[in-house]
Amino acid sequence: MSVESVNSVEQATRYETVIGLEVHVELSTATKMFCGCATDFGGEPNSRTCPVCLGQPGSLPVPNRAAIEYAIRLGLALGCEIAPASQFHRKNYFYPDMPKNYQISQYDVPICLGGHLDITVEGETRRIGITRVHMEEDTGKSLHVGESGRIHGADYSLVDYNRAGIPLLEVVSEPDLRSAEEARAYLSELRAVVLALGISDAKLEEGSMRCDANVSLRPVGHTVFGTRAEIKNMNSLRSLGRAITYEVERQTDLLQAGEAIRQETRHWDEDGGVTHTLRVKEGEEDYRYFPDPDLLPIEPAEEWITSIRSTLPELPASIRERLVEQRGLTPDQAVTLVETGLHARLDEAAEAGAAADQAAKWLVNEVAGWANEHGVEPTAAPLSGSHLAELTALVGDGTLSTKLARQVLEAVLNGEGAPRAVVAERGLEQVSDTGALDALVDQAIAEQPDAAEQVRAGNEKAIGALVGAVMRASRGQANPQLVNELLRERLVSG
Amino acid sequence: MSLTPDDVRHVAQLARLALTDDQLDVMSEQLGAILAYAEQVAEVATADVPATGHPLRLANVWRDDEPRPSLSPHEALAPAPAAENGRFRVPRIIGEQPGARPREEPAHG
Amino acid sequence: MAEDSALATSSAADLLDLLDRGETSAVEVTRAHLERITKTDETLKAFLTVLEDDALAHAAGIDQRRSAGEPVGPLAGVPLALKDLLCTRGIPTTCGSRILADYRPPYDAGVVERLREADAVVLGKTNMDEFAMGSSTENSAFAATRNPWDLQRVPGGSSGGSAAAVAGFQATVAVGTDTGGSIRQPAALCGLVGMKPTYGLASRYGLIAFGSSLDQAGPITRTVEDAARLFQAMCGHDPRDSTSLTDPVPDVMTGLNRGMEGLRVGVVTEMMGEGMEPGVRARVGEAIDRLEPLGAEVVEVSLPHVSYGLPAYYLIAPSEASSNLSRYDGVRYGLRLDGGDTEQMMAATRAEGFGPEVQRRIMIGTYALSAGYYDAYYAQAQRVRTLILRDFEEAFGRCDVLIGPTSPSVAFGLGEKTDDPLAMYLNDVYSVPASLAGLPALSLPAGLGEHDLPVGVQLIAGVLGEAVLFRAARALEAELAFDATPRGAHALDAP
Ligand SMILES: [Mg+2]
Ligand SMILES: [Zn+2]
Repeated sequence: MSVESVNSVEQATRYETVIGLEVHVELSTATKMFCGCATDFGGEPNSRTCPVCLGQPGSLPVPNRAAIEYAIRLGLALGCEIAPASQFHRKNYFYPDMPKNYQISQYDVPICLGGHLDITVEGETRRIGITRVHMEEDTGKSLHVGESGRIHGADYSLVDYNRAGIPLLEVVSEPDLRSAEEARAYLSELRAVVLALGISDAKLEEGSMRCDANVSLRPVGHTVFGTRAEIKNMNSLRSLGRAITYEVERQTDLLQAGEAIRQETRHWDEDGGVTHTLRVKEGEEDYRYFPDPDLLPIEPAEEWITSIRSTLPELPASIRERLVEQRGLTPDQAVTLVETGLHARLDEAAEAGAAADQAAKWLVNEVAGWANEHGVEPTAAPLSGSHLAELTALVGDGTLSTKLARQVLEAVLNGEGAPRAVVAERGLEQVSDTGALDALVDQAIAEQPDAAEQVRAGNEKAIGALVGAVMRASRGQANPQLVNELLRERLVSG
Repeated sequence: MSLTPDDVRHVAQLARLALTDDQLDVMSEQLGAILAYAEQVAEVATADVPATGHPLRLANVWRDDEPRPSLSPHEALAPAPAAENGRFRVPRIIGEQPGARPREEPAHG
Repeated sequence: MAEDSALATSSAADLLDLLDRGETSAVEVTRAHLERITKTDETLKAFLTVLEDDALAHAAGIDQRRSAGEPVGPLAGVPLALKDLLCTRGIPTTCGSRILADYRPPYDAGVVERLREADAVVLGKTNMDEFAMGSSTENSAFAATRNPWDLQRVPGGSSGGSAAAVAGFQATVAVGTDTGGSIRQPAALCGLVGMKPTYGLASRYGLIAFGSSLDQAGPITRTVEDAARLFQAMCGHDPRDSTSLTDPVPDVMTGLNRGMEGLRVGVVTEMMGEGMEPGVRARVGEAIDRLEPLGAEVVEVSLPHVSYGLPAYYLIAPSEASSNLSRYDGVRYGLRLDGGDTEQMMAATRAEGFGPEVQRRIMIGTYALSAGYYDAYYAQAQRVRTLILRDFEEAFGRCDVLIGPTSPSVAFGLGEKTDDPLAMYLNDVYSVPASLAGLPALSLPAGLGEHDLPVGVQLIAGVLGEAVLFRAARALEAELAFDATPRGAHALDAP
């Protein structure tokens, strides 16, 4: 390395990435946040609307108790303090997909304050602060008509209010995340928590979970935050990672060129792999927040909170820890099982007598892949814990080879019944009867005298060709262990 | 407190009222007078007095999560000034939704 | 058979007697009032919509049920007028605004449901100041309603159409809404009884919002007993309104005639000072003088912060209104003006659809809530509200009812105050404090003041103190024996 290049490295400031995420979670309640309209989709446009969620004159909001309970559930899972008295505020701004031209949200007294979420990246666990979780209502959807099909350059727009008023939780993290990987890990972990709690289907691709990222840089060692850009429109974990990576590069280039970062909102363009300016923020927006006089404070009783706490499910972090420590799985297996939601199957299988590590292999390597291939949720795979226990037992007692077991599993997943039934139906038992195998073994030795001679001469590897021949002759149903033994009896110990 | 025409213009923009310059002038004068009167509130109530947003001292009013019938799309759209394909039609929208992020969806048809 | 004129001037209580005894029918009563509307409303301009067919059909149904011995509601056959900011299913509900000129709600308001169930016959929808903002009904986008006592004068507002309809014998009873005095002040100016319930007793579901933390619907009638009956029928819990009380509605009928004996009435010092017309002061003073002979104990009470009520009100109500009225944007219902883009369309629609007073209040409210001003204006007004609440709490520790004027003046001339918003606002100075505190309050006629026009005296009770409020009002009404028939050189002709 030349002297010159060493100097330039020293001169270039090194930056630390600072990321905070704002995540909106659409709750899977049966009805909207403030009216009785159903939240199910697939209906005609504007078929899930009423005077309340259309903002018709004279209509009034009444909060959905289940949405409040879901908020408390998430707050407790994230270690937040549940506010003894929280309040709904109106966030005032005009936008055609917002029926009242204000959003009912929460402001200075949100329902949950100050929690945390632990994430693990490359084996290192870090605690990420949660600033707050608050309740609010979703907006409608606009369809932009024109050649571009997007808002820019549209001739006009068409609005459907079916989504308007669906309950949302907004989860705001502290600016504690330091890399794209950490941001991904955070979002993934938050999603796992939400799924475990059963409060949302949390699909990033479909928008039932949405993530905005505030990204800024600061010189390493500095404590003051740099100017941040807010990145929107990331519809998967992958695009979150890509967008942040891009944004960090963009900001680094600007800073190193001596230019300033503008405070702005940027749009992630998935196809182009870039972010571009959406809006420059000139100071804060003036939302004229004030307490919604149509709604009264939420003061959850201590007993209610206690009862919600007592019915919280086991959370992902603790499941993973248990899988590793009590079931003896690898951390990677545990991660995949929790991510796919298949950990419950593993527990069932183990309870039905399966060896946990064996069952985990099947779930992680086969079932998750099958679900992915078929485009279904892994948890929707028609394979019970007892099926899995049966399958591992069949392999364990030598009835099935790994290869055959894979076929059986495929059949079970295709709905052909329990493993034993499939084995019987297809006649897939391994042949472990020495009488039946003796003839095949003798035949193989006769057909491949060279290989047999090599084995006799001490070249053990040559036995493979003979085993293969027997297996072929048995159409895969011979027990390879037994074939091996029979060949040795004849060629080695003779 | 006096209001400059610029203040009034900004407020009219926030409130989505397309006022003419003449209207803005009249408005700044009237708002100035009304606010000067309203400012009397500063004479009493120190910051330690809690705010009353509501005469009712109630809390925890909610409903069960049970679906109720919605309007039909026909009923929902009946009072709309403009509608198309079962949706409310608006002129082109300038600027993005600043709140909950909308998902852009291509128009079909 | 009763004379049409007698039917039009009868109280609801008397009509119900006649109907019960079969001396008239609901159809006859309805027809008499519809005819009166036809004859007088071109002059009075109290109604925006008259529901002739609906009213007659409902009346016929009531008669049928009554003759078949089937149950009918407690107000069966009583002609009712509804302020046009109460939603009525399929029936125009304009709020006195161009922006809702063609709006027909898909549902009935909670209080309308209750009144229909009580079998009151809805004659139509009455004129009002646009979005209930005003004290003269001159802010209506459609017409200026006249005061039946003097056709060159305003009926008060914002429920001026409801008051004029009852004072002009077009309707037996009416429903108004009161945010800072919009029931009590027109009642006072038209020589009627007007009552605002405890906040939360009358459902706000379907009441088009002005100031949500203040709005309440209530009766406007010619007698205290009618007001009590209407109150009883229209109030009650509504699960569609989060701010609806679950407490039982006070029974105001049982003890209505128990008299003043044993009640402690507080005369509010701060409400008897400067600022009111001599005639108003004289009539209110005389009403107070009648209390002791009736058996009441009269004490002086002070509400030290009450004079800050009006400035606080003119920050709080416009702030809430600025947000409540954001929904009128030309997208989902109501007026739309063309605009190159949605933002321009909205701004043009709102500039055209709202009248000057509504625009002014939207502007005040938007400003009072905006960044940098929230604490000095909105939050400070809410602190003042706390002080006023505390004043009342203390007063009701010592008194059952408070007494004072309703409005500082008798009915003023059309156009007299339209150019001076602040002068118009001062009409509310005595009515606003009870609104801020959510208290029940009632105005009843105390006699005639300047120009021989009616003066109202206001009674205020504690939270859910309606039983004592109506009882005191009934006793005072009997003593004052006011004749509610408009009279004088410029009055509307009696039926
Ligand atoms: Mg939000
Ligand atoms: Zn709805």
